[in-house]
Amino acid sequence: MPARTMYEKIWDAHVVVEKAGEPSLIYIDRHLIHEVTSPQAFSGLKAAGRRVRRPDLTFAVMDHSVPTKDRHLPVLDAGAAAQFEALARNCREHGILLLDMKSRHQGIVHIIGPELGLTQPGLVIVCGDSHTSTHGAFGALAFGIGTSEVEHVLATQCLAQFRSKTMRVQINGRRPPGVTAKDLILAVIGRIGTGGGTGHVIEYAGAAIRALSMEGRMTVCNMSIEAGARAGMVAPDDTTFAYLEGRPFVPRGKDFQVAVDYWKSLATDPGARYDRVVELDAGHIAPQVTWGTNPGMVADVTGRVPDPACFADPVERRTAERALEYMGLEPGTPIEEIPLDRVFIGSCTNSRLEDLRLAARVLEGKRIAPRLKQALVVPGSMAVKAQAEQEGLDKIFRAAGFEWRDAGCSMCIAMNADVLPSGERCASTSNRNFEGRQGKGGRTHLVSPLMAAAAAVEGHFVDIRKWPEAVAAE
Amino acid sequence: MRAFHTHTGLVVPLDRVNVDTDQIVPKQFLKLLTKDGYGPFLFYDWRYLPGGQPNPEFPLNARRYQGASVLVTRANFGCGSSREHAPWALVDFGFRAILAPSYGDIFYSNCFQNGLLPVILGEEQVEEVFRRTLAREGYRLTVDLAAQRISDDAGLDYRFEVDPFRRECLMNGWDEIGLTLRYEDRIAAYERERRPAAPLYGGEVDAAARREAETG
Ligand code: SF4
Repeated sequence: MPARTMYEKIWDAHVVVEKAGEPSLIYIDRHLIHEVTSPQAFSGLKAAGRRVRRPDLTFAVMDHSVPTKDRHLPVLDAGAAAQFEALARNCREHGILLLDMKSRHQGIVHIIGPELGLTQPGLVIVCGDSHTSTHGAFGALAFGIGTSEVEHVLATQCLAQFRSKTMRVQINGRRPPGVTAKDLILAVIGRIGTGGGTGHVIEYAGAAIRALSMEGRMTVCNMSIEAGARAGMVAPDDTTFAYLEGRPFVPRGKDFQVAVDYWKSLATDPGARYDRVVELDAGHIAPQVTWGTNPGMVADVTGRVPDPACFADPVERRTAERALEYMGLEPGTPIEEIPLDRVFIGSCTNSRLEDLRLAARVLEGKRIAPRLKQALVVPGSMAVKAQAEQEGLDKIFRAAGFEWRDAGCSMCIAMNADVLPSGERCASTSNRNFEGRQGKGGRTHLVSPLMAAAAAVEGHFVDIRKWPEAVAAE
Repeated sequence: MRAFHTHTGLVVPLDRVNVDTDQIVPKQFLKLLTKDGYGPFLFYDWRYLPGGQPNPEFPLNARRYQGASVLVTRANFGCGSSREHAPWALVDFGFRAILAPSYGDIFYSNCFQNGLLPVILGEEQVEEVFRRTLAREGYRLTVDLAAQRISDDAGLDYRFEVDPFRRECLMNGWDEIGLTLRYEDRIAAYERERRPAAPLYGGEVDAAARREAETG
């Protein structure tokens, strides 16, 4: 057999039907669903008189629109309430496990999959959500799908798919102190652009990726979609196996050993070819801050807001002009001088325990700047929240002036009451700085949890590397 | 699904790159349970001013583009969120085809599920369509899926590529789920064969784990 990439190995193991001139039918091992992109799929299923083929491989959670406080009260938003009810009814009718707002396992779908051990190496995982790429951190093939495809998977447990091209993103060297997984992936997107990964599955490799925790790898894979790639992956290794062992849905005892042996065989063979290779040196990456309206519009914290006149391509120039206008920024402004109104620590990119620990270390014994109207921490899952409270992180956040909430997507997408008001500027650990993403007219700057915490203290961006005590936390 | 053969319609230009699906349908309109009726929300935050009046600067609001059914736009159209509400809104508004140099992957496949044809053209060709659209009021194009060509009445004639399977599905308006269900025996065989290795593939998830998760 010729040398294969990890993507090709997983793909080959999941082909159910392969026919010339048709997309391949591939088998889906885990189907994660949530309240926003599934109702129409269930209605379609019902209209066609079809059933859910594998309810045992389908897992549901409420996350996008859930309130992050006062959960004992009824949900006031009628649209959201109707979607919660629809999800609960559909799960009941079809025998699907649902983690609702009362569950202690509830959380953002991409946080709870790994947490429960539903995410495992070698699996094909889909969800009606583009950040499904997160699960690839375990060496799974995981990608987002549309609602028609959700219906397709519900009905058949398969998807008709075309093989993707492969891209290897090799990050060599060592991350300097204060530079996190978030900075690595923002630097990658800054390099290849928001469309740079289109049509590709990215495999992240190199010493700097190997050195990351599972949390860090999830942050990197999570944002693959922001580079246009449908999926991102990291080969499983001892870090992966140690994370998985003992989680509820992970095989136990002898089965675990059998699983580990199989998982070890997934890594890309030496000599396997990628359609494209990109290399970066982690040692040269600085903390990153986005200045525009897509994640590719990013600069070093020590840099300045660019001058659109510097872009040679007229379309790019106009785009940068529009972005600066929306963001209310002047060309040439030092990034460190951008003043903030709010800080949001949360989302499937950066709301795991490690992220909260890092932010808390920065905030310990400090207060948020008086100019801030709000500083919000939204843990990625109720399990993260419980663990953080056991460690006393909630007290640090509260003492610093942060609000401490229940788990959900919250101000990453602002489908609940957590909305960034128009014209206000937010340092956010989430993944999208699109126009209106955190609230109509809201201005988002994407940063790491370390950078968000430091910015909360100062009321503007600061180079976290200048805070040795905070950086030592890593 | 509505079949697509050939379509002639008025062209509207949207001169922006990296238009993400958050712009195509903002999140405040994702809380419905249906697939219909998203047309009024299309490009909502660009189309309407804060008070709710149409934004006169936005092309979809211009008198000359009323009734447009072909959208010409820039690279990486439909990037970002997987929301299928984006093609639902484009179709509900009246679009039948989009012309752009490239698309977000998930959006691209979502279009085919909804009878909307995303045509890929070269940057230069897109530029030429922009020029012609702006130069002549009432500019119309014909998109012929069978011949894989777009043309106008002034000599423009470009060939485009589309995967043959997707083309056939779209031309026949086939239901993809129905197509897959033809392979029911193959799916069942795949499930049977993999069962012995269940813990590896998660073919059977642990019943105890389910109970544990449920009692949360
Ligand atoms: S946290 Fe944000 S990006 Fe992640 S699933 Fe929720 S809405 Fe999507």
